[in-house]
Amino acid sequence: MEGPLAAAFSAAMPAGRPVNVSRRGMFAAAGAGLFLGLAIPGRAPRAQGAPPGAALRHAGKVTAYLRIAPDGKIHLQNPFVEGGQGIDSAVAQIVAEELDAPPADFIVTCAPPGEDFRVMQGGNARFTGGSFSVRSSFAHFRTLGAAARAMLIEAAAERLALPAASLSTEPGRVIHTESGRAIPYGELAMAAAALTPPDNPPLRDPTTYRFIGRPLPRFDVRAKSTGKITYAIDVKVDGMLLAAVVHAPRAGAQPAAVTNEAALRAMPGVHSVHRLPGAVAVVADTWWRAKTAVAQAQIAWQALQGPVMDADFTAETMLGRLKAAAGTHGNTAEEAGDAAVALTTAARVIEAEYDAPYLAHAQMEPPSATARFNADGTLDVWVPNQAPDFFQASAARAAGIEAAKIRIHSPPLGGFFGRHFAYGAANAHPQAILLAKATSRPVKVIWSREEEFARDAYRPLSYATFRAGLDASGDIVAFQAAGYGEGPITRHFGAARLGNPPIDGSIMEGLTGKPYRFATKRVEFIPVPHPPGVNLGFWRSVGHSMNDFFFESFLDEVAAATGRDPYEMRLALVAHSERHKALLNAVAGLSGGWRRGPYDAPDGTRRARGVAMASPFGSEVATIAEVSVSDGEVMVHDLWVAIDPGRVVNPRTIEEQVQSAAAIGLSSALFEEIGFERGEVTTRNFDTYRVLRRDRMPRVRVAIIESGAPMGGVGEPGTPGVPPAVANAVFALTGQRLRSMPFGRTRLSGA
Amino acid sequence: MLELNVNGTVHRVEVEPDTPLLWVLREQLGLTGTKYGCGVAQCGACTVLVDGQATRSCSFPVEAAVGQPITTIEAIETHPVGAKVVEAWVTAQAPQCGYCQSGQVMAATALLATTPKPTPEDVQAAMTNICRCGTYNAVAHAITLAGEQL
Repeated sequence: MEGPLAAAFSAAMPAGRPVNVSRRGMFAAAGAGLFLGLAIPGRAPRAQGAPPGAALRHAGKVTAYLRIAPDGKIHLQNPFVEGGQGIDSAVAQIVAEELDAPPADFIVTCAPPGEDFRVMQGGNARFTGGSFSVRSSFAHFRTLGAAARAMLIEAAAERLALPAASLSTEPGRVIHTESGRAIPYGELAMAAAALTPPDNPPLRDPTTYRFIGRPLPRFDVRAKSTGKITYAIDVKVDGMLLAAVVHAPRAGAQPAAVTNEAALRAMPGVHSVHRLPGAVAVVADTWWRAKTAVAQAQIAWQALQGPVMDADFTAETMLGRLKAAAGTHGNTAEEAGDAAVALTTAARVIEAEYDAPYLAHAQMEPPSATARFNADGTLDVWVPNQAPDFFQASAARAAGIEAAKIRIHSPPLGGFFGRHFAYGAANAHPQAILLAKATSRPVKVIWSREEEFARDAYRPLSYATFRAGLDASGDIVAFQAAGYGEGPITRHFGAARLGNPPIDGSIMEGLTGKPYRFATKRVEFIPVPHPPGVNLGFWRSVGHSMNDFFFESFLDEVAAATGRDPYEMRLALVAHSERHKALLNAVAGLSGGWRRGPYDAPDGTRRARGVAMASPFGSEVATIAEVSVSDGEVMVHDLWVAIDPGRVVNPRTIEEQVQSAAAIGLSSALFEEIGFERGEVTTRNFDTYRVLRRDRMPRVRVAIIESGAPMGGVGEPGTPGVPPAVANAVFALTGQRLRSMPFGRTRLSGA
Repeated sequence: MLELNVNGTVHRVEVEPDTPLLWVLREQLGLTGTKYGCGVAQCGACTVLVDGQATRSCSFPVEAAVGQPITTIEAIETHPVGAKVVEAWVTAQAPQCGYCQSGQVMAATALLATTPKPTPEDVQAAMTNICRCGTYNAVAHAITLAGEQL
């Protein structure tokens, strides 16, 4: 399952090119003597055990990834960006298994841009997203670790004048069992440097794994508990100035003039005032002084070029446009049999429409970017990002220099959830580059929280329509669904990349790819553009974040209309799939056995449960929610989530990711929506853009099922089942059907 | 010129007196462990101890902190309760992205310093920090673990 996201990114990867400064920057600084060796370019060893079709183009490039220092510390360059999902630890865990080294000896940093680190899509793509990191690099990192181990054994064999076959390893050293001699890896690394990585290093028998599949701790927990992580916003560069920006109230307007520029320049610490595309910046000696000054800027905003947000634009405007397209013939995304004909003969037809709002990522770290031009014509950029190659390309455009002269530094992310892709005006690094150029000083731009909420790339406001034709016995004989709008794939990769017929997977996934079997089915995509001034982004679980709510709620409507139990109905609809039946059984078991309710809980509240399924990012998930209603609002007491990611690298991380994904799913279900008035964003901080806090966090219990299916993702799949499970529970309790998120807008009747 | 007592050291800073304590810590003193999240005392990422009280430093003018001992995350392991909190945070593996956790650790330290065995309601009242990774359950577990050591 590669998915529309991976396909779009892969097709759009910046051209591979010789890189002068960025590749192996960390290693060069550390001294060549410590290398395992020079990278072996251009070879494509095919490892045994690699999944069919997965070309491991870069698994032989041991030295691009690994450096073993004399002290035994293993420095690993990770193609993926750490942002709380535990990918630094997971990648080390995989390499440690095959290298035969203690996972705790690893020091992991994010790799620079460059061909060597494109481990996805057959060695041609790199980004951190789509819940793709571990599953796309598992074979790569196993092979890489095994190749490094073989090289270390070979180096030891030469040193001891013994046949390599007589040597083995134990964590961190090569051993000769017969004589009891042992050489730590740190002493062999330099000699191993001269060797050629083997094409087909032997891989460890999975039944003997010691690290893969174990709940090992993440590396960075102590540093994160003591404030010692340097996020992008914390980066300090000698001689840097700080910049604060205000963007145009309505996107698209340009600053024609700052009428009080002289007064701003006279404020404490202020260095200079700048007009930027769509924004004004004040540069000062500290960010607080820059922000204080820019807040007082008197700016004449004009439509100097391009469209400006309509002065009457609201979220309701956009929903109206989507609804107006209902009934239009769309592009076929999935089809089985002739649903249109089957509908005409159906005994009964059930219809419904659903919608979901614009969402902000609301990651806790506000965006920032630091840019420094160097005397040798190179440029350093520190920026939170999920795709260094794309940011290198976009920095090159902003700076007007070739990409090869740009180093992209990718610090750990203070949350991301899809926020940090190359989103044009939603990125701060072009501003930092322009300001560094203008001031001839290194500049760090920080966006205030208010600027961030106003210029995020939002999860698109979305709309879907459904129609189910039932026969006389209540079975579904025709199923029609349509998704409307424009997704981040269309917006950022272009309609030309949507395939034929054009389907925007970031709008359609979750309406498509469901496990249920219907006699006939048609799922279609109806493109409707959002205004250019509303940036669109990938938000945790992307299309699934709204579509599984739409689909699973509608399925519940059909169950209710036919008097069927929604859990039993789902079991019947997946009767062909042992994997999905097992999943439903697992979540029911986890919750103490399926019971819909309503029933009285020991605390005196009246409660009920709802169930939902989702098939996101190669994994399968079933979710049950238990709710009550208090003061017209839904209270979620428990969530039970069963996830089948096929295969498991770290069960503890998976459970943590499901907890996290469930929390954001519930947050979106209950509270979140970006508001617009007069074309301006009105929800500019956490006081108006409400997110889940402790007071509404339910217990979350997780069951992990390792079915042995191809490895799926784990970072996002816990999200999409939560909103429909909650909505279906609310229906079971109150008879009220929630067809619009967030649910907080709807006052619920008591139960 | 203002005098600030931060983590047991007296610092003299040249800054507008209404500057939020957060930005003096981060920019004048280089203590970037304390985080900017919202700037309006909503999220709690900027929480420090001012005379032992959990305080949202983004909305606390530096002049109001003069003459009071300020403790930031950088000194948390020297704080008798804070050190226990950190160990519990590590055991519970509470942080995910980690960005809010400086503030969470400071808020938990202030809570446990006065209430070593907090009830769920105590935790609810004291721990209003936003975590977008949704680590609320892990943080609650960590607070329980830390309380057991006090």
